[in-house]
Amino acid sequence: MILAWAKKKWSWLAVAALIIFLALVPFKWFLGQYTSIMIFVGISTMITVGLCMLMGYTGQVSLGQAAFYGLGAYFSAVLSKTHGLNPWLAMVIAAIATGTFAYIIGYPIFRLRGNYLAMATLGIGLIMWTLFNQMVQFTGGPDGMSGIPYLSIGGFSFDTSFKRYFLVWFFCLAILFLSQNIVRSRTGRALRAIHGNEAAAESLGINVTQFKVKIFVLSAVYASLAGSLFAHHLRHVSPQSFDFLASVKLVVMAVIGGLASIWGAIFGAGTTRFLSDEVLLGFNKFPQLDIIIYGLILMLVMILMPEGLFVAIKSGTMWLKINWRDLPAIMKRMKKDFPEQVKYFLSRLPLARLWRKTEP
Amino acid sequence: MSADQFVQYLMSGLTQGSIYALIGLGFTIIYSVTQIINFAQGEFVMLGGMLSYVLAVEAGLPVPLALIIAILIAAGVGALMYILAIRTARRASVISLIIITIGAAIFIRGIAGNQFGVNAVSPTPFTGRGSISFLGAYIEPQALWIIGITFLVTILLYLFLSHTMVGKALRACAVNPEAASLVGINTKAMALIAFIIAAAIGGIGGVVIAPMAMASYGMGVMLGLKGFVAAAVGGFMSPIATVIGGIMLGIIESLAVGFNWGPFTSAYKDVIALVVLLLILLIRSGKLAAAERAA
Repeated sequence: MILAWAKKKWSWLAVAALIIFLALVPFKWFLGQYTSIMIFVGISTMITVGLCMLMGYTGQVSLGQAAFYGLGAYFSAVLSKTHGLNPWLAMVIAAIATGTFAYIIGYPIFRLRGNYLAMATLGIGLIMWTLFNQMVQFTGGPDGMSGIPYLSIGGFSFDTSFKRYFLVWFFCLAILFLSQNIVRSRTGRALRAIHGNEAAAESLGINVTQFKVKIFVLSAVYASLAGSLFAHHLRHVSPQSFDFLASVKLVVMAVIGGLASIWGAIFGAGTTRFLSDEVLLGFNKFPQLDIIIYGLILMLVMILMPEGLFVAIKSGTMWLKINWRDLPAIMKRMKKDFPEQVKYFLSRLPLARLWRKTEP
Repeated sequence: MSADQFVQYLMSGLTQGSIYALIGLGFTIIYSVTQIINFAQGEFVMLGGMLSYVLAVEAGLPVPLALIIAILIAAGVGALMYILAIRTARRASVISLIIITIGAAIFIRGIAGNQFGVNAVSPTPFTGRGSISFLGAYIEPQALWIIGITFLVTILLYLFLSHTMVGKALRACAVNPEAASLVGINTKAMALIAFIIAAAIGGIGGVVIAPMAMASYGMGVMLGLKGFVAAAVGGFMSPIATVIGGIMLGIIESLAVGFNWGPFTSAYKDVIALVVLLLILLIRSGKLAAAERAA
């Protein structure tokens, strides 16, 4: 009875379990030592979700997403520190300004497709990075700016990592739920139609450019909010966080999580963050290892499982869950009924050459 | 700006533009044969530059030998990239191919940073560091090497494409890959050749620019982007237009910095190139989109 109910509602149970897990992470007796990394995972997830909606659902590339992240961070930093505005107000203004900027550049840019769009967004990312570096009187130049105030509600200041963890993940989960609803709505279906075939979508009365720009603006606003949280968390912003590699890192996160997967973004951001901040830190003697591994991940995932690692693991385990009892029988029948095809399939596997000697 | 200064900036623009032209040629060759934009194109330039320093200065090889080995290694990396990453994913979508070549780019960059260090290096110029006076401007001999070699590469490439069997086969693939394979042209081999030529040209660019502008493991992105601008002028199909586009971009950049007017200071030099890129893309968007659909 309970089991049947659980089977029916398993996706909600999974989300509930995730939220309980996330709520427990910052406590010392659980995974307290990872609080600060998990804050960054939350921030990265927010941007990655936007990128997933843009790349996976709408089929449009952005190689300059770090530009919007940086705009959010710098707007927040300049308004709240230099001009002494309330940090919350600064955050809202930053989001509106970044969204407006994305809207203005969105219309001309989305006249471009595929490769040209990718290069144009890459170019915008590099322009913003150059401006962050060069507009020293506003941004502090390459050294960046420090002393950005913490966010606070009334007298309650988010002045410890423990408090900010909950703040960041509140925003992050809100964005995840919002995105899930958008993807499942009429808009989401329109986006998938655009991804499938633009001409067909247009003929069904979908305003293709308008939808692309809308999602672009949405992803920019997500990135801007993430940037504001980043600025008020670290209290220091500098251009290095928003360079070309930052944009590529975001693509890595989206690719690991699965381009068309909302909840995969947490997995992608988490894997990438832990890889660079925990696992690879031990390899001091092998500099640049993180970049090398990101490059490998991008190539391997796109060649072997273009839907993304998370989706591949998910569908793989689903298939096994359904079929594991019958696996030997299935293999036997396949070998009997389609000997040629099985042989061909086995020979096409990447490591086929190794076992061909033992099993002709 | 006096006339002397004008010539000075013009010459430095011509030098810089020659490099953009070489990188742009790489984009054009690969795109016309395979319809792939190779986002790793700038990394071949970086490899050429870094390797020429490592081989000539650190390993102490004679300079001409070091340069040739550097170019050959860059070409080899191009071949490996095609065989390992591109050919295994031939049916991939445009997005997948973009991500794959970006992955290859940062992979190459990471390996270079790991092996050669992250500091900028400056190999010795081919023929000394003096300067030659020309119409009131002072020109480094290396600049003449750069312009001369770009000219030579362009001519050789033209002769190769128009007068050899392989070159004609490459052009056939560019016009119509299916028809080309019907008349017995091995399109996969042609794609491999395109990657090798593009990587070699990139390597040549790196080898000649490094003594003047220094080389570092992270130089690839910006140079690749500027080469892309050059290739966009030619619609990724015309080598001649690509060379003209690259040289124009170099001169625009250099003169804009030279006028030193308003926002056009040297700090924003790269921004100028990027704005030119966006303008070209937007002006040509209709034509480029049509080419994309036809491909």
